[in-house]
Amino acid sequence: MCLAVPGQVCALHDEDGVRLAMVEFGGVRKRICVETLPDVALGAWVLVHAGIALQQIDADAAADSLRLLADATARSEEPR
Amino acid sequence: MKLVDEFRDPELIRGLAARIVRRATRHWTVMEVCGGQTHSIVENGLDEVIAERITLLHGPGCPVCVTPLETLDRARRIALETGAIVCSFGDMLRVPGSRGDLLGARAYGGDVRVVYAPLDAVRLAARTPERPVVFLAVGFETTAPAVAVAARFALQQQLENFHLLVSHVRVPPALEAIASAPDAHVDAFLAAGHVCTIMGTAEYEPIAARFGIPIVATGFEPVDILEGIAMAVEQLETGAAKVEIQYARAVRPAGNPIARAMLAEVFEIADRPWRGIGVVPRGGLVLRPPYDVMDAARAFPWLEDETSTEPQQCRAGEVLRGALRPPSCPEYGRRCTPDHPLGAPMVSSEGACAAYFHYRATSLAP
Amino acid sequence: MTTKLDVQGLANPSCPAPTETDRITLSHGAGAGATSRLFETILWPQFRNDTLGVRHDGAVFPAGPAGERLAFSTDTFVVHPIEFPGGDIGSLAVHGTLNDLAMCGAEPLGLSCALILEEGLPLATLERIVASMAQAAAAAGVAIVTGDTKVVERGKGDGIYVNTAGVGRVPDGRVVHPGRVRAGDAILVSGPLGDHGAAVLSVREGIEFDADIASDSAWLGGLVEHLFNAVPELHCLRDPTRGGLGAVLHEIGGAAQLAIEIDESALPVREPVRVICELLGLDPLFLASEGRCVAFVPERDAERALAALRSHALGAHAARIGTVQPGPPRVVVRTRAGTRRLLLLPAGDPLPRIC
Repeated sequence: MCLAVPGQVCALHDEDGVRLAMVEFGGVRKRICVETLPDVALGAWVLVHAGIALQQIDADAAADSLRLLADATARSEEPR
Repeated sequence: MKLVDEFRDPELIRGLAARIVRRATRHWTVMEVCGGQTHSIVENGLDEVIAERITLLHGPGCPVCVTPLETLDRARRIALETGAIVCSFGDMLRVPGSRGDLLGARAYGGDVRVVYAPLDAVRLAARTPERPVVFLAVGFETTAPAVAVAARFALQQQLENFHLLVSHVRVPPALEAIASAPDAHVDAFLAAGHVCTIMGTAEYEPIAARFGIPIVATGFEPVDILEGIAMAVEQLETGAAKVEIQYARAVRPAGNPIARAMLAEVFEIADRPWRGIGVVPRGGLVLRPPYDVMDAARAFPWLEDETSTEPQQCRAGEVLRGALRPPSCPEYGRRCTPDHPLGAPMVSSEGACAAYFHYRATSLAP
Repeated sequence: MTTKLDVQGLANPSCPAPTETDRITLSHGAGAGATSRLFETILWPQFRNDTLGVRHDGAVFPAGPAGERLAFSTDTFVVHPIEFPGGDIGSLAVHGTLNDLAMCGAEPLGLSCALILEEGLPLATLERIVASMAQAAAAAGVAIVTGDTKVVERGKGDGIYVNTAGVGRVPDGRVVHPGRVRAGDAILVSGPLGDHGAAVLSVREGIEFDADIASDSAWLGGLVEHLFNAVPELHCLRDPTRGGLGAVLHEIGGAAQLAIEIDESALPVREPVRVICELLGLDPLFLASEGRCVAFVPERDAERALAALRSHALGAHAARIGTVQPGPPRVVVRTRAGTRRLLLLPAGDPLPRIC
């Protein structure tokens, strides 16, 4: 399953005892529940699905992965 | 869109497709068990670009498709007979029940509303204390945490008018069922990346070991899916049978422990019928105390009497297990089309039948 | 642990057939498959005539001894909420009918306005909507020359419904309708798709977003005249309202009995609209625009048409998105992976998905 979109935490607050974050997705902002990531910090990238944050995204891991793929494509080599 | 567009890069797609086709020394069959991956594959024609060496099968990864007929019929009856507000994800609204779908219930006076987040249904219940609000909780372990959060909030706020009609399903038992079914020929699995962000990958270790089958936790963008397949092929070519993570930016081996703890607090594992497949032992989640007070069956005890007979195994079951390619179903494209679906896999845009329908114009000559 | 499947059930497979509906459902209003079927099975058999049979946005018919032609169009607006970023039901209603006349190549002569008001609608709201309509009409240099007002009981009207109808004059020699489309024609869009649909969604209850999106609702007459000046021989125009570009391509292709191929990476869509689509599982191809037009022009005129669109304020981001092909009607999308897939019309209004 299924549709989850990466966004960046731009504000944090509590409401009725529930931890919420304002998450920015490229020109769109939505209030998302981050009870599942209580230590999430401002500026973190999170994966959002059905109104909650599933997990924090490791942007460095993403960048590394893309770089490796680009190198492999450029070299047209066999994989590891 | 950052962290999305980069994984749709046409050059990387081409490079990965070529790599897969070069590396595979024979034809392999890889199954994905996630509607989101089915959709991405069909939308981008990914199975075409590797068809030379790889057959991509679509498993029962569409929770919409596997929601039991009975659950839909119960939701519809609640909407039509009780004055409750029935809230649902949009995906469920056009799935055919025995007597019609949820969207159609509106034409007969049912108050059915789409929500994006289960928490929104709880907030609605708080705003309308005089009416029961019932949320149709479907989905895999990706979605169950959002429902758990909603349930915890409802309990904490003591909202007595909020109810859950639960039909959550779990992936690993389904994967096992397929791996052990006599008519499935799957060489490797792509595990649903978003389920794994929550659950981690530990549950797949025993399956990989027992069946000697590689399992790769894979993301959803074209580059993710092809990279996952490339990793699976590498294992197959070297005789490995491990659990690996392609979707490293979002999946940790331990998943999200806090989300898992919430799941354990609100739900417990139970046997569950999957539409078109049959009862999958330990294949579902049900509410556990004290959250069972919000089970819709408590508010509407007659629900237990509302049983629907699943017609003898619909062919959808064979499709969902990867045993039948949709175009081989006799009704496919004839009585059964996305406009006029006979079964769930033709309704959901991620059901395999609907996905194949997009190829129906036979092969599109370049 | 082994899992037991009901293997015996496999012996006699069958599928549950859905119930045929005997009532109107929301799908009938979505502008896609169900709407067409409603038209074909209930409306067309009763109303059947040649003018209606052309199936364009407005009706064009002879109106004088010297071959003068009039265009006539009507549209009813039931959008909810009635006020949204970038517009309201009033301006939408004025733009909508004026644009339908423009899609027939007509210069507008006058509009009618019929209001159905729900008991309890605040007068201040009505004043805002009416002012908005007056402003929209004035900007197009058109007068609202006749109308009607009705009130229905509370609970029977959703605040306000607006119907507008318009009459226009089609200049001599101008013939634009789907029947003129030819294989090889270039398909252009005047700007980014789906802003209106996304703007309305962003304020709809249950899925509110805070977004840098406003409806693109605008009068297209000025842009269209500009285009005609550059390319008098253009073949067909259509605005992608309900059902979006996807519905337009199906309708025009179907009416012209030709295939259409578009390039996914050429489709202009603003990032916030893309994001909303990603979040809700929607396809921008089926989101409504209310201030854009799709133009089918002969290939030799494509560059000139694009330049004309881009030189106008409303067409700054115009793009060529595809080509009409010979063959039976179907709409094909060339994907970013270099493959091709069919674009099918959704059953009804796109519903937000999680899956």
